[in-house]
Amino acid sequence: MSELTKTDPNSTANLDLDTPESQIETYLHHRAAPQPEERTYLDANELVLNMGPQHPSTHGVLRVILKLDGEKVLGTECIIGYLHRGVEKIAENRTYTMFNPYVDRMDYVAAVSNGLGYCEAVEKLLNIEAPPRAQYIRVILAELNRLASHMLWLGTHALDIGAITPLFYTFRDREEILKIFEKYCGARLTTHAFRIGGCLYETYDGFEQDVMKFVKFVRPKIDEYEALLTTNRIWVERTKGVGVISAADAIDLGVTGPVLRASGVQWDLRKAQPYSGYEKFEFEIPTGTNGDTYDRYIVRIAEMHQSLRIIEQAVAGIPEGPIMGKVPKVMKPPVGEIYHSIEAPKGELGYFIVSDGSTQPYRVRVRPPSFVNLQALDKMVQGALVADVVAVIGTIDIVLGEVDR
Amino acid sequence: MTDEPKDQDRLNPHPETAGASQPTGQEKGAPKPAAASHSAPAKPAGPTPQPWEAEIVDRLRARLGSGIREANTYLGQNYFIVEPSVAYQVLELLHDEVEFDYLVDVTAVHYPEREYPFEVIWILYSFVRNERIRVKASYRENEPAPSAVSLWATANWLEREVFDMFGIRFDGHPDLRRILLPEDWQGHPLRKDYGIIQQDQQWVKINLGIESGQ
Repeated sequence: MSELTKTDPNSTANLDLDTPESQIETYLHHRAAPQPEERTYLDANELVLNMGPQHPSTHGVLRVILKLDGEKVLGTECIIGYLHRGVEKIAENRTYTMFNPYVDRMDYVAAVSNGLGYCEAVEKLLNIEAPPRAQYIRVILAELNRLASHMLWLGTHALDIGAITPLFYTFRDREEILKIFEKYCGARLTTHAFRIGGCLYETYDGFEQDVMKFVKFVRPKIDEYEALLTTNRIWVERTKGVGVISAADAIDLGVTGPVLRASGVQWDLRKAQPYSGYEKFEFEIPTGTNGDTYDRYIVRIAEMHQSLRIIEQAVAGIPEGPIMGKVPKVMKPPVGEIYHSIEAPKGELGYFIVSDGSTQPYRVRVRPPSFVNLQALDKMVQGALVADVVAVIGTIDIVLGEVDR
Repeated sequence: MTDEPKDQDRLNPHPETAGASQPTGQEKGAPKPAAASHSAPAKPAGPTPQPWEAEIVDRLRARLGSGIREANTYLGQNYFIVEPSVAYQVLELLHDEVEFDYLVDVTAVHYPEREYPFEVIWILYSFVRNERIRVKASYRENEPAPSAVSLWATANWLEREVFDMFGIRFDGHPDLRRILLPEDWQGHPLRKDYGIIQQDQQWVKINLGIESGQ
């Protein structure tokens, strides 16, 4: 223990927070006082390096304080909350319907999934179900959104590691998805595509053709990404064995989504606890074995192919019928609470809603996959090099809007 | 909420419908009989929690007796309501012996009118059983809840967020600090007595150099 201070060394509560410099200095003072067993052979002090919040590879406003021994990372601390907008508080002051668009602003690259989770949670609370046609539309859009999210992830992640071309490729192809969203509901990113009880919009003329055209178009494109990266020597060297997390650690840390699957846990909520009619579709859960950055890349690429499979089946089997269930005009779910979660592109996205019988939720808790997965960063970069931190932040696939809410 | 009527009005885009969206006691009572008179069957009282009977319940009851206050099923979801003092034992038992290896979420709900105003909720999932349950325990103001960090590492940030938003302390947490809000922020925003546009004006003034964050 450092004798410089009587306070708990793990607490920065009485740090001078005026300037970042003074903060880092005090941080050094508090935390990095070399412990006898931590001394290196050069007996050098550890270096504390501030990364972010305005750092392009942090994918938003994430601040990471790195404790380094030369190039080696000894520990990290994430400072988050820069994008905190109090989404959960807002929910308590809006009606169930009014809150619906807000959820799009959490994981803003996968707004459709956010909306799907919220609408289904409220539907469960109301004890209603969306009609089959609405469920199919939801599945098609949610899977398109998963593709869009994975494409954005791949482009930016590869860019972080030094490959520029994939960014242009993925953004070019993601554009086609956004065009479909725009044609369907008028918005590209914050789509607000679904309503509680079903969908507001019927599919436009030629929706199915557009989607099928896209599926046909994008399959060879995904192979193109793979041609650029999968056996690329620089890519492999930068990702293989980097940011390894074992299945046991991943479960202990509550990590979900592709990160968990890359560690070898074959678990996907779409299969484990199907929602929105996912049990009707045939698809596989791709998994990795090593739990490293490379496997997470392979898992996400394979997931994109699976999403295309689901989309094809959904378009082929989309039933006729109403798109909106019987929903009361004034929504007053009975007193009670519900937890409902879906497989968002980033992992388990859960909504815990408490109703007091009024038109506004008494409490809405969002269980964000990005927030929980980000916690694993420290574990994943222990002993890695500084440059690997960038790779690992990218591979977790966080969206700070969802981390901070 | 009630002590800031002005802010409420400003935020409500349709002041004429303000009454309908305010969950105050008066309004809640008023529309109910009206709804019941013309469409009573359309709006049933809704499902009620049913007792949950399962092997885990018996096992926990055998071990902890009256510590397990209730075990219910609501809308197909199972949950325990436990005595605050045995909450950790329940979690430990579920983690070690019933294979609930994944802590999905830790959260809380504030009921200011209750004697035990802070309800802490642990959501657990078991990969082996493909089963999700909730454990709930209520705490007094300033009464710490047990930390689950020693059972699931994921509880670390989740508990920090609950502390940040509600001010509930977790006993045994290795590093209980605010996580989303600044360290020196005053107040806990998700408490019911914290207004929706309320801010720590002092903090805003000092750190952002502006009179108000609004």
